Amino acid sequence: MKTKNKRKKITAGRLAIHIIAWLAGLIWIVPFLGILMASIRPQRELIHGWWNLSEVNISFENFANAWNHPTAPIGQGIRNSIIVTIPATILPIIIATLFAYGLLRLRFPGRKLFLIIVVLLLSIPQQMVAVPLFQILNNFGILNKFSGLIITHTAWGLIWITIFMRNYLMTLPVEYEEAASLDGANRFQSFFKIILPLSLPGLASVAALQFTWVWNDFFMALITLYEPNLLVATQRIPLLKGQYSVDWGVLSAASLLVTAIPLLVFVFLQKYYIKGLIGWTIK
Amino acid sequence: MGIKYKLQHWFEVVLFTFPAIILLTTFVVIPAVRTLSLSVMNSEGKFVGLANFSDVLISKDILNLDRFPLQGPPWGAIPHNAIWILIHLPLVVSLGMTLAVLLKDVWGASFIKSVIFLGMITPMVVGGGIIRFIFDEHSGVVNALLRGVGLEQFVRSWTAYPDTALLALILGSVILWTGFSLILYSSGLSTIPDELYEAAEVDGANPVQRFFYITIPLLKPVTITVVSMTLLWELKIFDLVYTATGGGPGGASTVLALRMYTLAFRALDSNRSAVIAVLITALTLIVGVWLSRANRVDED
Repeated sequence: MKTKNKRKKITAGRLAIHIIAWLAGLIWIVPFLGILMASIRPQRELIHGWWNLSEVNISFENFANAWNHPTAPIGQGIRNSIIVTIPATILPIIIATLFAYGLLRLRFPGRKLFLIIVVLLLSIPQQMVAVPLFQILNNFGILNKFSGLIITHTAWGLIWITIFMRNYLMTLPVEYEEAASLDGANRFQSFFKIILPLSLPGLASVAALQFTWVWNDFFMALITLYEPNLLVATQRIPLLKGQYSVDWGVLSAASLLVTAIPLLVFVFLQKYYIKGLIGWTIK
Repeated sequence: MGIKYKLQHWFEVVLFTFPAIILLTTFVVIPAVRTLSLSVMNSEGKFVGLANFSDVLISKDILNLDRFPLQGPPWGAIPHNAIWILIHLPLVVSLGMTLAVLLKDVWGASFIKSVIFLGMITPMVVGGGIIRFIFDEHSGVVNALLRGVGLEQFVRSWTAYPDTALLALILGSVILWTGFSLILYSSGLSTIPDELYEAAEVDGANPVQRFFYITIPLLKPVTITVVSMTLLWELKIFDLVYTATGGGPGGASTVLALRMYTLAFRALDSNRSAVIAVLITALTLIVGVWLSRANRVDED
């Protein structure tokens, strides 16, 4: 009670902290506000800066122009990104959860070694696989196809999701499974009927993060897809700027359109997103 | 144990583990081993030892000793990445920690935190566009601010000039990445019990002393994570450089990952690009080993 009263009192110190915090906050608020303002105002008003409010006309022409851009239509890019991202989120989650469960519960020679290898793979950057991956996808005939990028993201996502889900499954009590196996359930039944439902919070965290990372990916898409109408959303952003001048209105609108999907994922799965990020980084 | 049981056991092992093992082997392990072997071969596939490494390390795009450190950029990718770390890392750590403490009981803190975290949700190609936008000569808010305070000599499109391109990218990347350290520090702070601060206050410790003697030491595990994850990000930085400057002008803002991409997919020199890939991997492995060691020491 005493501390509560103290907290509510307005002192010079607390006022100063508010002013410093909000001034610091402005460093982040202003750039994002600038993108928003540039996207909803016509080009002629932006010449004097988006902060100039002497004449304000809100229009969505920048969004329409970005969506149907002649060289890099963002609408088609978003469609392509959805086609790639949904399977590239679901597939690695299923395969990695099976793998994590197998590494944790099944006895077979080499399971420790497999775990060590997966942990080592975590530190490998994408640059280390780029050139041979390009050749392998080409040999399989899936270079420059959505399936090639989906399988690339699936394999890449497997690494971190396996470790994440192994850590998660370790926290689940074995008793439920033992009870189920006494009732005659085999491994698959107990995996799908007991383990998966118990893992839903963990799976939600994984899904939120993997979806965002695949959607935001640029490097893997850049090396696997190059036909103009196959490019995913992120690949089209650099194509929107001209050599010497940039139409900031169209670029801002395109940026907002591309960011809108991961932003929605974050807003709806915020709790799982943050939990996943913290659980993933601080072990 | 009957044969039927054994068969079923192996059937289970195959179904649970083979899909992952096959995918990891084909699309991660084999390509990584192949890159390693490309780095010690010439274009005809003959073993050349470390010749590619010495070629790459003395090339001007990687380390330009004619200009570094006495003249302005381009200095080469290695100094550029190193400078990125020297500026970006301390700023991200100190800003994240200070903001987490400041925002603990400020009106509207969750709004400010959400805006700062936007940088983590934004794709980094978009981040590159944002950096170019805020440093643009006419449309950019940084130059408007400089004009406002009378620093006309600094007004220009920062990303278009060799002297300022790298600095603009680094400062912009601080804005984009601070959300990461802020979220981690905020969640770390919530685990420090209030009683500790109250006890220290009773003992006469002022807010600055409390920050240095309670907050910083207790947040050490978080700091280890923030530092290592940020280092990994800085070593692999690519997307935002690609969009904002393409490594230019004249290589003044190029970085290791961008050189690796350009050598592999523009110059079609798989062997030299493999050398840079191996270099980046070696550096990230050092960070990875340091992180796992630091975590283990902490548990003891």
